[in-house]
Amino acid sequence: MAEYAIELEGINKSFGPVRANRDIELRVERGTIHGIIGENGAGKSTLMSILYGFYQADSGKIKVNGETVTINTPNHAIDLGIGMVHQHFMLVENFTVLENVMLGAEGAQLLRGGISHARGELERLEHEYSLDVDPDGIIQELPVGLQQRVEILKALYRGAEILILDEPTGVLTPAEADHLFRILKQLKEQGKTIVLITHKLREIMAVTDNVSVMRQGTMVATRRTADTSVEELAELMVGRRVLLRVEKGEPTVGETKLRVESLTVKDSRGVTMVDNVSLDVRAGEIVGIAGVAGNGQSHLIEAITGIRRAQTGRVLLDGEPIGVTGEADPNLLRHRGLAHVPEDRHHMGLVLAFEENENAILGYHDDDKYLSGPMLNIAAIRADAEKKITKYDIRPPNPRLKTANFSGGNQQKIVLAREMERDPIVLIVGQPTRGVDVGAIEFIHKRIIEMRDQGKAVLLVSVELDEIRSLSDRILVMFAGRIVGERTPDATEGELGLLMAGVEGDKAEAAE
Amino acid sequence: MAKPYAKLPGWVDYGLIPLVNLAVAFAVSGLVVLLVGENPLRAAVLMVEGAFSTGDGIGYTLFYATNFIFTGLCVAVAFHCGLFNIGGEGQAYVGGLGVAIGALTFGAALPWWINLPIATLLAAAMGALWALIPAYLQAKRGSHIVITTIMFNFIAASLMVWLLVGMLKPAGLMAPETRRFADGAVLPRLDWLIEMFGFTIRSAPFNITFLLALASAYGVWVLIWRTRLGYEIRTMGFSPTAAKYAGINQTRIIVITMMISGALAGMMALNPVMGAQNRLQLDFVTGAGFVGIAVALMGRSHPAGIIPAAILFGMLYQGGAEIAFEMPAISRDMIVIIQGLVILFAGALEHMFRPAISAFFGRIATSEMKAAPATTGETH
Repeated sequence: MAEYAIELEGINKSFGPVRANRDIELRVERGTIHGIIGENGAGKSTLMSILYGFYQADSGKIKVNGETVTINTPNHAIDLGIGMVHQHFMLVENFTVLENVMLGAEGAQLLRGGISHARGELERLEHEYSLDVDPDGIIQELPVGLQQRVEILKALYRGAEILILDEPTGVLTPAEADHLFRILKQLKEQGKTIVLITHKLREIMAVTDNVSVMRQGTMVATRRTADTSVEELAELMVGRRVLLRVEKGEPTVGETKLRVESLTVKDSRGVTMVDNVSLDVRAGEIVGIAGVAGNGQSHLIEAITGIRRAQTGRVLLDGEPIGVTGEADPNLLRHRGLAHVPEDRHHMGLVLAFEENENAILGYHDDDKYLSGPMLNIAAIRADAEKKITKYDIRPPNPRLKTANFSGGNQQKIVLAREMERDPIVLIVGQPTRGVDVGAIEFIHKRIIEMRDQGKAVLLVSVELDEIRSLSDRILVMFAGRIVGERTPDATEGELGLLMAGVEGDKAEAAE
Repeated sequence: MAKPYAKLPGWVDYGLIPLVNLAVAFAVSGLVVLLVGENPLRAAVLMVEGAFSTGDGIGYTLFYATNFIFTGLCVAVAFHCGLFNIGGEGQAYVGGLGVAIGALTFGAALPWWINLPIATLLAAAMGALWALIPAYLQAKRGSHIVITTIMFNFIAASLMVWLLVGMLKPAGLMAPETRRFADGAVLPRLDWLIEMFGFTIRSAPFNITFLLALASAYGVWVLIWRTRLGYEIRTMGFSPTAAKYAGINQTRIIVITMMISGALAGMMALNPVMGAQNRLQLDFVTGAGFVGIAVALMGRSHPAGIIPAAILFGMLYQGGAEIAFEMPAISRDMIVIIQGLVILFAGALEHMFRPAISAFFGRIATSEMKAAPATTGETH
């Protein structure tokens, strides 16, 4: 048996003129956990898609277990013993666990024989790797952590010896992530090889044996995890030294600028997403809302900003009520000093098909300074966009460029520039650094703290616990639509993690 | 992550790709002609000659193109809002009612240059009204606009038949049509425009609505890319969630956009009704509403693309009639097949050749990149 499970030699892949992968060399030792780390757009996912047969490399060689192979489809990859757990799960939501696991490997036209075979096999796998899931549970009723386990089982069921996990912890609580890491270590002990793609340095340090760093389509370094440090990896990822910890002074807190009183929001199916939430944000402070994605944070922000109608409760902006239960108009709120950097910049904060300058006025497009009569004042709009581009160092500095052609970090800067330059009273920021490269994260964090120091009331929502802890002056934890606790930023990650997982406040403290 | 296909130079995107699509459409059409035992080269020559070699040929080509510019703009405006208005046919038909009401009422009393704006307003108003109900149902009830506009085409057709065999038909006339308009409601022809280029024109009803169509195309460009309303329409079309975030009233935008779209379709009626037949006849739209969909697709919903696309389809109509006349084996239906192929390749299969062309230009760009010293990875 060869020493390496996977060897990639000189892999190149271009999309049009964009070179997503350049001369990639990668060796993954058998029976290890190998991390691949890099910023968004560094080419990690492209590389793994080549390995899994979604794309074909333009040139280069792939060896699996020492043998040169060509992988044209995911089925090839599966035959070679490569399994993939996608960032966005590929599960049929209204199927049972068993049905999902056997999907694509049903065995025959009639299901009966296949089902009993699959059930036995699944139980064996669950037992062997202690991956407990009820085979008859419906996927959509399972928590995210378990759904991910089903993805892993699916790969194992297909005989995977090499498992690729793409950003597996994005949707998990810290506790669920830790559990996942234990599973990975156990799989390793049983001889499986694991490739872990992530942009979180902490995870790399916690679980991997070796780590490769990608930057702008090239593989810049491979290290033994034990011989490297978070600082070195961050520097390799970005190509320069990065400030990981945000410098900030003590807040000078003023009066309450945003008050939310017993707000309840239901989604379109009538499920209560925000349950009787009350909170205050005062001038000059950053209040962070921590929580696992999907616990009502998005609905809370959307209700406050007038995008979604709330069922009951009140919201006061600078002492004046805004009609959150009636026809709240996002436009009107904006002009009253409520700026909003939405969580989902691709669908909400920006129109990707627009030119940069057109996005720089989104929501403020009825402002007199951008109009002359019913016509847009194109000259004024572009001049304004140029000013913001300079101030926020948006690259490339071209206001006529299509927004989709900017990197994630620069797209986010376009949104931030638009919302922050209006000198708002209250700034609501959702996932400010999701899909943003490390270099831009630093800039965005600094700007948010500057807003605080200028006396704005900032409400920050993020699923990145590190971000919440380093930016916030107060932390609220949201679980199942309710605020389950308030902590200071020096609360430990473990304590916040328990709160995020729904363990009651006092128990969380006791557990510490 | 990297976009699958990088941005192409403008001339490739808007010039080369449509031309390649068109070439393939004609190549396949040639095979069809071959199949029925005629010479495809001769057919092609006949078509181009029929459309462009005589004054009347050009006149008819541009007369048809005028219809298609209006209906193409109609579809394009709705596209920009993310709406698929298939109801151009019905909106144009009902627009004809507006034209007829104006022309029959004021034709004898007023000169053409007063009758034209009156009829334009009435046609636009009727077309807009016909689009209003589907728009309202879409905006308020979520009834799919494709379904409702198709249904409204049928309602329009039945309504017009009822009117034309009933109250609009003068007593004693056998044909289901209105009486002939008085001279004040006959639009002046643009024969001088064609004669300027040394052609003579006799029968082709090429008239002043062509200029109105060009003006409308410019108007649509201003509306979509230079006004606040256009900005809101495009925001809505690209991303309804972003529109919501921006505080854009979605109901209002859907209704207004569809009314503008319907108005443009309605204005198409001016050309055949006031410019050619001088009376309101049954089925005068003859599918122009549907051709508008192809024209808008091929013209990328941009007026600068819609005008040439409309002229191309005008050529297919006029030149096709010529082929059908000269080649007995090729019937009128064959021409429809050829038109269908153009729609198929230029519209529906628009992206078929894009990956290959894209990869080709990607390779050129990469080799240029290799030639230039590689940039180091310090920029973000």
